[in-house]
Amino acid sequence: MRIVVAMSGGVDSSVAAALLAEQGHDVIGVSMQLYDASETSNGVRTFGSCCSLDDLHDARKVAAAIGIPHYILNFERQFDEHVVSNFVKEYASGRTPLPCAHCNGDLKFSTLLDRALAFGADAVATGHYARVERDEATGRHLLLRGLDPSKDQSYFLSSLTQTQLARAWFPVGGLSKETVRDIARRRILPVADKPDSQEICFIPDHDYSSFVASRAPGVTRDGAIVDAAGRVLGSHGGIHRFTVGQRKGLGLSSPTGTPMYVLALHPAERQVVVGPKSALERTTLTASGVNWILEQPRHPIRIAAQIRHRHHPAAGTVTALGDGRASLTFDEPQYAVTPGQAVVFYEDDVVVGGGWID
Amino acid sequence: MRVYFDYNATTPLSPAALDAVVATARDDFGNASSVHHFGQRAKAAMDDARSQLAALIGGDPSEIVFTSGGTEADNFAIRGVAEAFEPSRHHLIASAIEHEAVLNTLKALAKRGWRTTLLPVDQSGIVSPDRLRDAITDDTALVSVMHANNEIGTIQPIAELAAIAHEHRALMHTDAVQSVGKIPVDVRTLGVDLLSLSAHKFNGPKGAGALWIKRGTRMLPILTGGKHERSRRAGTENVPAIAGMGVAAREASLKALSEGRRLALLRDRLEDGILRAVPGTAVNGAPGVRVPNTTNISFDRVEAESLLIALDLEGIAVSTGSACSSGTLEPSHVLKAMGFPPHRTQNSLRFSLGLFSTEDEVDRVIGVLPRLVDKLRGLSRKSLVDSR
Repeated sequence: MRIVVAMSGGVDSSVAAALLAEQGHDVIGVSMQLYDASETSNGVRTFGSCCSLDDLHDARKVAAAIGIPHYILNFERQFDEHVVSNFVKEYASGRTPLPCAHCNGDLKFSTLLDRALAFGADAVATGHYARVERDEATGRHLLLRGLDPSKDQSYFLSSLTQTQLARAWFPVGGLSKETVRDIARRRILPVADKPDSQEICFIPDHDYSSFVASRAPGVTRDGAIVDAAGRVLGSHGGIHRFTVGQRKGLGLSSPTGTPMYVLALHPAERQVVVGPKSALERTTLTASGVNWILEQPRHPIRIAAQIRHRHHPAAGTVTALGDGRASLTFDEPQYAVTPGQAVVFYEDDVVVGGGWID
Repeated sequence: MRVYFDYNATTPLSPAALDAVVATARDDFGNASSVHHFGQRAKAAMDDARSQLAALIGGDPSEIVFTSGGTEADNFAIRGVAEAFEPSRHHLIASAIEHEAVLNTLKALAKRGWRTTLLPVDQSGIVSPDRLRDAITDDTALVSVMHANNEIGTIQPIAELAAIAHEHRALMHTDAVQSVGKIPVDVRTLGVDLLSLSAHKFNGPKGAGALWIKRGTRMLPILTGGKHERSRRAGTENVPAIAGMGVAAREASLKALSEGRRLALLRDRLEDGILRAVPGTAVNGAPGVRVPNTTNISFDRVEAESLLIALDLEGIAVSTGSACSSGTLEPSHVLKAMGFPPHRTQNSLRFSLGLFSTEDEVDRVIGVLPRLVDKLRGLSRKSLVDSR
């Protein structure tokens, strides 16, 4: 089969491409140019310091080592539309976005998949640690956690629809990271020991709040830090700097000495509500834009729900509401239910569905 | 079988040029500046090449300065003249559709205080002499306009432009990288003072080119060092590549006219075939005033980047005007300068034919294109993935 592999220049997608090529597939390597990495703040370019171009070059080197064609597709416009604008808008409205999930659903497995199909390919493969299986009984495509629990990325893929999953391949989803690195080393791929990427790719200096402020200057307006009773405890330089559950950077010295956490963000009033950690506990949440990978349940069902990438899934009951919404009740209270993050429902390793926390 | 229709990017070596490169690298390894036998043999190989190159463009061998290629020749011409005219003149003129080797050199000089003017082109891709008359003053040191454009192939009225430049005692440079070897080029008829050429555009090797400098032209070297090339360009010469360039130049002189006629027929067959087989296509650039091997075609509602890849997957190599090699996809500055709207500057492909191109290849491209274009047009109508 002809498969387009989205190659980031990292070890996972490199090994994905190598494995597919070894299986005899007609593999086409594609790297997405998503933002202009040559822009520097002072306009001076230093030779040899451009990180993202280096990644594209790594992908090209790997493709040459495997012996597959490699192309760079320019998706700057689409990335800005689908991922960056949403990221800025979410922070500006007091939510904490999950850009990688939007990039998967709205770019890799839509814009790139469209392009791949036009190139005569049958599927798009990535280096994600997740698995897709077809349920022969129902004919549905299932999304499962990657076999390596420490690397599982199914949380970032829960928005994939049946149409998308039918064309999504995750060749390293059944492997451990160590095995993947081992495969890369044995094939002498030039990225075998490249460190994992950690941060949001389009903000290489990790300074999210400056990035959001530069894209949405209105957000930098000052506001008050208040407690749950509305008492003003301090002030802040813009709600985009805060995330529910955040403790550091509040600039408050609590009179009682109990650490204070962000409980909620109220963009209209420009208020940051803080309180003790116990006040962060929630037993219910609602989600929007819910995608059911298994059939949408007609009755409440028991699942384990994950509300952050590193969150240990918590048991609860989910009920499908109308309009792509769902409500969830946890058995035990959970800390820091953060609007804008994904909530993903699991039955063991199988993703039942997922949506965005309201 | 793969089809290579990207001869304006680079050409394969002719068999005779390849032989010359190999034989010179093996047998004439001496440093052309050395006094002894080995040096003399290398020097003789270079002199042969110099004569062959001079004959190809109607110049005198002593006026040829070997360079590493077209980009260096363009830099040498512009920077060498600018430096010689500092500080008496302060103005440089080029056309808006020049190669980056010229445009970015002007930009660099603009940062050092030179005033620069880019002449517009009309929708057919030709620079009007009237626009040069408007822009030129007695402060202008150099006018640089390419002979044939790399993207659309249009041939510029260099002789007329040179006459205007000379009325103001400015020098005239032409980047003839895309015309030398494709059409007859004669430096005296063109009336220029400086002419850049590049071997790998006419079936010679990469890494060799030349700047023809009319005897008596006021300029300074930009590479300083030893007394190579009569102190005009320092650095040990790339003798094997220069020898290959000489052979390619001789071959081009011998068959430029007949090969030009052959390629024009092939190109027209390709162009007519595409226009007929694929609806929503149009040719960019004045059809009557082009080098015979080039056509640039817009495909309505298709992203050229994707069509290029789809063609490559079918084994057909062409190119876009857009430069995305460094990551950013910029619309073609040539098509932009011709006044085309953004969608048309990003949906154009260049097909450039040459030495080994055949009728069968042309027909294969015409046969494959409609299906690929249809698929990509389906994309722009609606997403194939029913995602939400």
